[in-house]
Amino acid sequence: MRELTYLEAVREAMSQEMRQNEDVFILGEDIGVYGGAFGVTRGMIEEFGPERIRNTPISEAAISGTAVGAALTGMRPILELQFSDFITIAMDNMVNQAAKIRYMYGGKGKVPMVLRTPAGSGTGAAAQHSQSLEAWMTHIPGLKVVQPSTAYDAKGLLKAAIDDDNPVIFYEHKLCYKTKSDVPEESYSIPLGKADVKREGKDATIVATAIMVHRSLEAAAELEKEGISVEVIDPRTLVPLDTETIIESVKKTSRLVVVHEAVKRGGFGGEIASVIAESEAFDYLDAPIKRLGGKAVPIPYNPELEKAAIPGVDDIINAVKETVNRL
Amino acid sequence: MTQKLNLPPRVAEKDLADLYKQMWQIRFFEEKVDEFFAKGMIHGTTHLAVGQEASAVGSIAVLEDRDKITSTHRGHGHCIAKGAEVNGMMAELFGRTTGYCKGKGGSMHIADVEKGNLGANGIVGGGFAIATGAALTSQMKKEGFVVLCFFGDGASNEGSFHEAINLASIWKLPVVFICENNQYGMSGPAKEMMNVGNVAQRAESYGIPGKVVDGNDIFDVMNGVGEAVDRARNGEGPSIVEAKTYRWKGHSKSDAKKYRTREEEKEWRLKDPIERMRLILVVEGLLTEEEAEKIKADAKEEVEGSVDFAANSPHPTLDDLMEDIYA
Ligand SMILES: Cc1ncc(C[n+]2csc(CCOP(=O)(O)OP(=O)(O)O)c2C)c(N)n1
Ligand SMILES: [Mg+2]
Repeated sequence: MRELTYLEAVREAMSQEMRQNEDVFILGEDIGVYGGAFGVTRGMIEEFGPERIRNTPISEAAISGTAVGAALTGMRPILELQFSDFITIAMDNMVNQAAKIRYMYGGKGKVPMVLRTPAGSGTGAAAQHSQSLEAWMTHIPGLKVVQPSTAYDAKGLLKAAIDDDNPVIFYEHKLCYKTKSDVPEESYSIPLGKADVKREGKDATIVATAIMVHRSLEAAAELEKEGISVEVIDPRTLVPLDTETIIESVKKTSRLVVVHEAVKRGGFGGEIASVIAESEAFDYLDAPIKRLGGKAVPIPYNPELEKAAIPGVDDIINAVKETVNRL
Repeated sequence: MTQKLNLPPRVAEKDLADLYKQMWQIRFFEEKVDEFFAKGMIHGTTHLAVGQEASAVGSIAVLEDRDKITSTHRGHGHCIAKGAEVNGMMAELFGRTTGYCKGKGGSMHIADVEKGNLGANGIVGGGFAIATGAALTSQMKKEGFVVLCFFGDGASNEGSFHEAINLASIWKLPVVFICENNQYGMSGPAKEMMNVGNVAQRAESYGIPGKVVDGNDIFDVMNGVGEAVDRARNGEGPSIVEAKTYRWKGHSKSDAKKYRTREEEKEWRLKDPIERMRLILVVEGLLTEEEAEKIKADAKEEVEGSVDFAANSPHPTLDDLMEDIYA
């Protein structure tokens, strides 16, 4: 099978959908000849033209609301937000409008839109361009939240997101853009709400998201050398969350480490830990659940500080060891 | 003493050599930064104001020391013109503790609050309301200072532009909104992103003055902004001044510049604001060729010196990571 980068996989998913469904279009800042801030839409305006690759003014409130209005009336917009930090400006439209319209109207109308946006640190872009704010969105009933970690997942999940009749926030991690995996050429869909076991193991479960999936797999490979067998689960979608896969894994390994880049305090790791604490897997636990997340600090510019603000491979290794050595 | 040039009251002929020097400091600083990014010596991102020196220096030249500014992502020039030391700026880009933000902010967040620079901003349109709020302090505490709010043509399409200027206009706040219209956002041409030719025209809808100046002619900038600042200081409320200019480099670091032509770039390079100022100063006998050369050389030396300063400054330690989050 051919390899694609994560970035190319996102582009391919959009292009394939746009070829077969006239209602799908993209709007966003600098997505035309510039190709988007990260180059995801490069080449698309040449294929689809400016009517469907709509270069917008720098107006996040207007473009998010426009996507909601277009979705409500029969289009299937994909909104590219240059950095996920700017969701603050689109927030009212996503939270007070898109998420609630169907319910408020008594099940009438629907808002089939995808807001795609790059998140995360590691590029030296500092405090206003490096955040991981996905937990905010998971708190809002009516929104779905997707966070792929590989090229294969990105392509299949994006198709599912575009096909979904609800507003979906689709987080792309900047450091994942260049990662590669085997990606089928044909269009395929990965259902929202289905976790993926990225590595099987028996001594401990790591539930990790986005770039932390890669770090956890590295950690697991190291730990294997020391005879510790780690299972790595990527939920892939936070809403809906595949609790069953996580619960089953913890019942098997009896130990859980949750890892995300977002600030630990109030992060989605707390939700996953609570799911286990409330489930039948609780009785199987041999050690307290461990959560790893970003420190409660704005992302600093200095590269060493930037790295230190979020979990690294060593932190994950140590957390698993602490969990395993407990007893 | 009669003046040869038409200057606003705040600027005397004897000040012009210093303003000329600031323009060169900005030019050399930006070129150094460009070089370091190209060589991979600085991480993260930056936005260079080469070609836009006159709008920064000319606007700030008419201010009193107590006056304040808010800046943008393209803010090195504003910072230098407001009296920042290039040493601290370069050290910031190197991520060192001697930098203006102790290495935590980087290019997009340099602030020099003591000198009245309330900060660059990574959020396009982030400065409008902050400048308005600073002007509110001036009005409520009767402090008499004026605030200059720098923003781009692209930023004028953010909702915050409308909300802040409307507020400033009804409260007659002492703030002047300076649009540095360099014709493009990241790639979006101003003429495609707005349905009016000039951002300044929008002033009419707030019942405030809007004036277009030649942003590459420091004298035109000083006179236009000078008038607006006097008005603000006299309690007559805000204005918009739009300086038409051009950024010579790509949007951030470098880009493929597919959104504009090489011919257009060449045309604008002929309107080099520094060369234009030099010619006028020399022709009017305010500066000899030799003096002009010497000023340029001094500016260059200072920027070179800032590189040594930065390179020899200490890195932050991991203990610094969690400092300065709360007051
Ligand atoms: C809220 C927000 N939206 C988008 C961006 C990404 N971005 C950074 S600079 C820029 C272009 C700004 O254009 P303009 O205001 O004209 O300033 P210029 O870059 O031309 O100086 C964009 C889109 C951002 N930083 N913040
Ligand atoms: Mg611009």
